[in-house]
Amino acid sequence: MKPLLSAKRLTKRFGARVACQDVDFDLWPGEVLGIVGESGSGKTTLLNCLAGRLTPELGSVTYDSAAYGTIDVHDLSEARRRLLSRTEWGFVNQDAREGLRMGVSAGANIGERLMAVGARHYGDIRRTASDWLSRVEIERDRLDDRPTTYSGGMRQRLQIARNLVSEPRLVFMDEPTGGLDVSVQARILDLLRSLVGSLHLSAVLVTHDLGVARLLTHRLMVMQGGAVVENGLTDQVLDDPQHAYTQMLVASILPV
Amino acid sequence: MTNGAYNYAYLDEQTKRMIRRAILKAVAVPGYQVPFGGREMPLPYGWGTGGIQVTAAIIGHDDTLKVIDQGADDTTNAVSIRRFFAKVAGVATTTRTEEATVIQTRHRVPETPLREGQILVFQVPIPEPLRMLEPRETETRTLHALSEYGVMQVSLYESIARHGRISKGYNYPVMVNGRYIMSPSPIPKFDNPKLDRSPALQLYGAGREKRIYAVPPYTPVKSLDFDDHPFEIETWEQCCELCGSKESFLDEMIVDDDGKRLFVCSDTDYCERRRTLPEAAE
Repeated sequence: MKPLLSAKRLTKRFGARVACQDVDFDLWPGEVLGIVGESGSGKTTLLNCLAGRLTPELGSVTYDSAAYGTIDVHDLSEARRRLLSRTEWGFVNQDAREGLRMGVSAGANIGERLMAVGARHYGDIRRTASDWLSRVEIERDRLDDRPTTYSGGMRQRLQIARNLVSEPRLVFMDEPTGGLDVSVQARILDLLRSLVGSLHLSAVLVTHDLGVARLLTHRLMVMQGGAVVENGLTDQVLDDPQHAYTQMLVASILPV
Repeated sequence: MTNGAYNYAYLDEQTKRMIRRAILKAVAVPGYQVPFGGREMPLPYGWGTGGIQVTAAIIGHDDTLKVIDQGADDTTNAVSIRRFFAKVAGVATTTRTEEATVIQTRHRVPETPLREGQILVFQVPIPEPLRMLEPRETETRTLHALSEYGVMQVSLYESIARHGRISKGYNYPVMVNGRYIMSPSPIPKFDNPKLDRSPALQLYGAGREKRIYAVPPYTPVKSLDFDDHPFEIETWEQCCELCGSKESFLDEMIVDDDGKRLFVCSDTDYCERRRTLPEAAE
């Protein structure tokens, strides 16, 4: 078996500031990898480098594509990378407004990827959009409403539907539950867990919330100051942290 | 013949060469917007500065010019531009579509079918069809370059979702030669089928945004639609009050204080021909 996504000695600097340094990992098909660490530790930069949104100074990211075979994400032409990112990949932003078109209805938001790859039957697009809306637990009669009329949690679920409609193999998630209240978070986590299972998705999930990481991820990378300080199975890392920083992170979870 | 104070056709020769080069490039890449160094013209932006520069660059001594505004030959704008070129280029002018070699137009394509050798010059306010969907110029250029036109389809989807049909009535987006999405300038969608495989050369000039694009003769121009919501043009229950045409694009006019309505052809030349020559009406 080949890894789906593989990073080798990935390094990104902003001027003299190191955002992430010498990051190595393999993501296997069906696996959910969590990246945790405090704010400013380079999690989001790493995610953007993996998704081809930022170009790293050093190192490489290879992806095992269904359509093109094994490819280097940063050697791809822009056309191909953009095609990849709206067919085989998904990207869920922390702020749903960045990932949605706020000016058009939920149905158009979900249908955009389908239309981008050539769907030209209004009725079919609408039916698919409606199915996805109910899969992410939004009432079907909200299909023609704009996301501006949605609550934060609904927007996030809409963003997930918009990404998953093209049946991607790999989803990048940047704090998908950040900024939502706890009960809404729980619903979205439940939803993500069932979707990841039923669609055999692989995912890279950035979060600062260890609870989210424990629920969703199989493997965990802990980052501090741009470097990976610990890396292992999620339960192992959280139950028996080895690095001093991880121990501090685990110890600072508020007991309920 | 021409006014000695101005160079032939108002613009200096270097400017006309520059515009001609842009036109050649535009013709070579149908539907692609070519930037050009737009000049200040003696009329305000929005009145046809783009069209008038294109016309100035292509017009020759032997040309016959027709200018229409909303289909009419007798509106201020049409009369002024016609008179302008009669003065600075000394060309013959006409209101007859068949006689013209260059037709500058705002908002309409003439009803009379065009033939080979004629050039239709459109005045374009907003050349970028994706502008209302994607405000960033860098992004729209990328979308054109990569032929990523999902967002245009999204806008049509939204229109059907909200109104039950594609409600866009003018400036209806078209796909040129299967490659570039193009704004046909604010002509009614009624005129879109006339652009498809037209024997005449179509040149589009946007003065404010300084872009030229073109559709060479016999180029396929397809109006965007959905399989289950195909492109349709407007129809009227009425026929033209003056000439009785059932095929032409009609303007609705209110003629008195009681709200009495009248439908007449928007193309004045076509309407007049049908009235004066009974055989033309058949």
